[in-house]
Amino acid sequence: MVEINFNHRKPTDVIALRRVDELKSIQIDTEKSQITIGAGLPYQQMEHGEIALHLPALAQAARTVGSPQIRSAGTIGGNLGTCSPAGDALPVLSALDATVNLQSAEASRSVSVHDFMVGVKRNARLPGEIIVSTTLPIVSGWQGYAKVGVRNAMVISVASCCLVVDRINGTIAVALGAVGPTIIRCRETESWLASQVDLKTKTTISPNLLQEFGTRIANESKPIDDHRSTAAYRRHAVCVLARRLLTRANSQ
Amino acid sequence: MNPNSEIYNLRVNGKTHEIRDSWVGESLLFVLRERLNLPGTKGACEQGECGSCTVIMDGQAVCSCLVMAATAIESEIQTVENLSDGDSLTDVQDAFVTEGGVQCGFCTPGLVVAIEHLLSQNPDPSEIEIKEAISGNICRCTGYGRIFEAVDKAVSVRKAKTA
Amino acid sequence: MSSAIQTSTRRDVLGTSALRPDGAAKVQGRFEFSSDLHAENMLWGATLRSPHPYARIIDIDLSAAYKITGVEAIITADDVPGKKTYGLISSDQPVFAQDFVRYVGEPIAAVAADHPETCRRALAAIKVEYEVLTPLTDAELAIQPTTPPIHPDGNVIRRQQIITGDQNLHGEIVVEGTYEIGMQDQAFLGLEAALALPDSGGKGIEMFVATQWLHEDQKQIAACLDLPCEKVRLTLGGVGGAFGAREDISLQVHCALLALRTSRPIKMQYSREESFYGHVHRHPAKIFIRHHATRTGEIQRIEAKLVFDGGAYASTSSAVLINGVTHIQGPYRCPNASVDGYAVRTNNPPCGAMRGFGVVQACYAHESQMDKLAVACGLSPVEIRLRNAMVTGDKLITGQVVESVAPVARCIRETDAIALPTPLAKTAHPLELVGGSGLTSLPHNIVRGVGWGVSIKNLMYSETFDDFATARCQLKDGVATLKYATVEVGQGFVVLAPQIARSVLGVDEVVLDTVDTGIGSAGSTSASRQTWMSGGAVDGACRLVRQRLFEHVGKKYNIDPLRLVIEDTDVVDMIGDFRISVVEASTGVLIDETFEHHHRPTEELDEMGQGNCHVAFAFVAHRAVVDVDVELGLVKVIQIATAQDVGRVLNPIAALGQIEGGIAQGLGLAVMEEIVLDNGKMRNPSFTDYLLPTALDAPSVVAVMIEEPEPQAPLGAKGIGEPPCISVTPAIAAAIRNATGKELPRVPVRPQDICF
Repeated sequence: MVEINFNHRKPTDVIALRRVDELKSIQIDTEKSQITIGAGLPYQQMEHGEIALHLPALAQAARTVGSPQIRSAGTIGGNLGTCSPAGDALPVLSALDATVNLQSAEASRSVSVHDFMVGVKRNARLPGEIIVSTTLPIVSGWQGYAKVGVRNAMVISVASCCLVVDRINGTIAVALGAVGPTIIRCRETESWLASQVDLKTKTTISPNLLQEFGTRIANESKPIDDHRSTAAYRRHAVCVLARRLLTRANSQ
Repeated sequence: MNPNSEIYNLRVNGKTHEIRDSWVGESLLFVLRERLNLPGTKGACEQGECGSCTVIMDGQAVCSCLVMAATAIESEIQTVENLSDGDSLTDVQDAFVTEGGVQCGFCTPGLVVAIEHLLSQNPDPSEIEIKEAISGNICRCTGYGRIFEAVDKAVSVRKAKTA
Repeated sequence: MSSAIQTSTRRDVLGTSALRPDGAAKVQGRFEFSSDLHAENMLWGATLRSPHPYARIIDIDLSAAYKITGVEAIITADDVPGKKTYGLISSDQPVFAQDFVRYVGEPIAAVAADHPETCRRALAAIKVEYEVLTPLTDAELAIQPTTPPIHPDGNVIRRQQIITGDQNLHGEIVVEGTYEIGMQDQAFLGLEAALALPDSGGKGIEMFVATQWLHEDQKQIAACLDLPCEKVRLTLGGVGGAFGAREDISLQVHCALLALRTSRPIKMQYSREESFYGHVHRHPAKIFIRHHATRTGEIQRIEAKLVFDGGAYASTSSAVLINGVTHIQGPYRCPNASVDGYAVRTNNPPCGAMRGFGVVQACYAHESQMDKLAVACGLSPVEIRLRNAMVTGDKLITGQVVESVAPVARCIRETDAIALPTPLAKTAHPLELVGGSGLTSLPHNIVRGVGWGVSIKNLMYSETFDDFATARCQLKDGVATLKYATVEVGQGFVVLAPQIARSVLGVDEVVLDTVDTGIGSAGSTSASRQTWMSGGAVDGACRLVRQRLFEHVGKKYNIDPLRLVIEDTDVVDMIGDFRISVVEASTGVLIDETFEHHHRPTEELDEMGQGNCHVAFAFVAHRAVVDVDVELGLVKVIQIATAQDVGRVLNPIAALGQIEGGIAQGLGLAVMEEIVLDNGKMRNPSFTDYLLPTALDAPSVVAVMIEEPEPQAPLGAKGIGEPPCISVTPAIAAAIRNATGKELPRVPVRPQDICF
């Protein structure tokens, strides 16, 4: 709608999905340990209830979106559709290896969120497809989200980070927002950390290890200078955020 | 002007309005102000960053500049004009006047709607809850101090009434 | 439900928190801003703007635009019948660009059409051929005589030096620094809008416009339309904030021309993006400043070079510069000065008035210096300031003696006496922490800092400008009607004027007549001047009416009018028993008086910067407490304590509103507000990226109003609008320095400035 208000886009035909209730559903599959969230569910609905319980990082990210008015209307479907690297929910989807469920008149398909987010404001949705929902695993462990902005409300992310520790599998996932053409999953650092500590237990991470962890995360980021911030600051910010989230993961 | 426009209906402030001759991209804000003669809702940014266009839609406070009007059919919409008319003000509106929460007044309708909505969901909000609830409403004149006072006053007036 | 109409016995006289008469309409959404106005048969207008910061216009082709159905008129420079240029000080700005465009956003043409969408399509269809030129964007380069002029008037809009005292004095303590202040935007919420109604016959026009100064607009519009002033009748449309941005005209002439051309009413309104392009901004500035002091911290000499980037057109840059150079000493004694200031022209966006008007920039520099001086002398920030604080009778570096009440030391002490906030709790709610819902910071990541800022600000216009104000009062049957052209932008003159009438005349019912050009000028709503000037005019008119009332009563009841006074709502004989209500006394009579309030004359500065160029001064101190996440460079302002020299509090809640609002704007400049330029282009003309403080950014404000009545001021009250936004910015920066140890020579302070 912002693009229309600004005359960047002039649709002649519109299909409104607001009243399609199926797009606002939350389905929990206890067998498969996953949650499917309708693409039309407003962020405000993600701040509490079952999503906050099973996907706390998503609840945290939801709370940082825009303003209360925006959270009443903004959706994951919107974040995925726009596919900006600064999209607030996207690092959480990436860290949790979410799948994006698409539907066209002919068929439906599911795509890994990593394959769905192609580049800056480019995604793998085909013409004729709508984003129906996203499926995320319920992970046993700790997860958290942090986002840097210059004021205390209503900010487009300058840098953001989602960290998920899977205590069953002993793995960690770190996804970064606003520091590359799309969300960055720091797989190299993830494997490196898994080889350094036993992630199945809550051990204290040594200062040296924490230091190196942050540096490695920063090295996997690809930030740019723009009017909101500088590449140097963004790199530094994700380093700090990642370290802090890891510390929280292992102290709570 | 638009040979291809359809007619659609909007439910605003309890009445059904027929919208004719419009263009599909018009925002709800535009339709309220320019077609339905409800200019109380204001526009200051057209991108959901200031909250002056706040209305209640299906029980939620939303930015009307970000709602495509034609998609709002079958929704119940309330604007600031629905809160009161004539000489009687709501307790929130009255508090805004008595506590100095109004200077130029441009942000005021959006704020009043947002606060009425907050108090209808949460009649005794904490200071943080109030600030978060209006964090999407920019005021450039007051610095928010008198607005916080106005909300506090409205909360105590309401508590006293229901006590 | 309850009513905001007061029925208590408290009279809403001066000194009470009388309620706004427009408050009920504003909370109900009934109040008409200029963007809410419509007219039968009206067309919409829109403006074509330059995409280049500097270019020669080769050709403008309107043919495709004319073919669009619904387009009624298109106008360019050739269609301006009168003066082709306008401007507040020098008329150097074209109504429509003719041979050159000199900034991104400069108007080139305007269209009138049946719908805003038709307007947009028409604008898109206008073909302009440019020869793109290399823009001048470096203000220092603009000073160089070898730099080719980008305008016939040259690249230096004004230069002013202040040379006084010993030019070679070298202090025992010397501290210096170069400070930069970024480009702030007024960002008022009520977007520019106007409605123009042409007279049938086309020899005159009526306009509803949101502005700061009706008569100045009228003068400029009339000149461009080649009409006499009386034929350009302006009525104030509701104004949604101004803060300086409406002092220059924006869409007024365009709107009027389209109306005259089409013989139909024209409505124009700007989007937020267009608003950023369509009005002037605060001057970005670079200030080098060196203080010489004794070992014990007394300032002996100041050296300074100030460069203000005025952008493409002059606007009020000349006056902004004068404020900058004459205020660079701050509210401190300084016997010797070597100051050199420039306001220059570049192809950056034009700059002009914004609340604080040149003093914001100077204050950032001098207050940053005071803290450096404190460290060098081993004094605290409070001690250094108290040691140098001005008093009434001190001489400024311009030679002008400060005759105003000048309670600088008291402002500092009373601010210092305000309790600091409780320390950050380990159990603080996340939204109370730096970073808010972003959950970036835990209490152990956060350091608290405290910082100070003190400032002096001139009131009213300077350098011989006679910015008088006019008001008319009519008394009939116990009702006073006030007429004035004083623009209400939200500051509260509509509350104050009736308070004055109630106090002077003893009436309770006061009617406010339409604000339009049907009465003499009130001057601009700016420069913290309206309480003093328009308040003085209303007061003067009411006093004249009161005098006539006493004469009438005296004649009727055979009492010497000199014995009569107003007591509450009665006319009373001070010596005898006679008492009659004002209502009864004024029944059946009509008393009508108009008064012009002038302030005392001022002088131009001479070549050495000497002269009594300002009318009066006000003072304020700010203390800021901030929480900083040093590692991430994120800031939350926790508390602002302030004591402000207000002279006399005429309306406590309204005064507090001005203080809190000004503080928010100063906070914005300190940590989040800046128009980012890239080779003359604005990178962030939107509220997504031009960040204004939200409710979650608002600090707790503890304000003390210092009342030492100003003898020069007609009501004893000083202007209070600007001081709150001036020294709060350096106070916040100083607090961040205190928390981080960083030098921070630049505002707004960005995260990278703190953590690297």
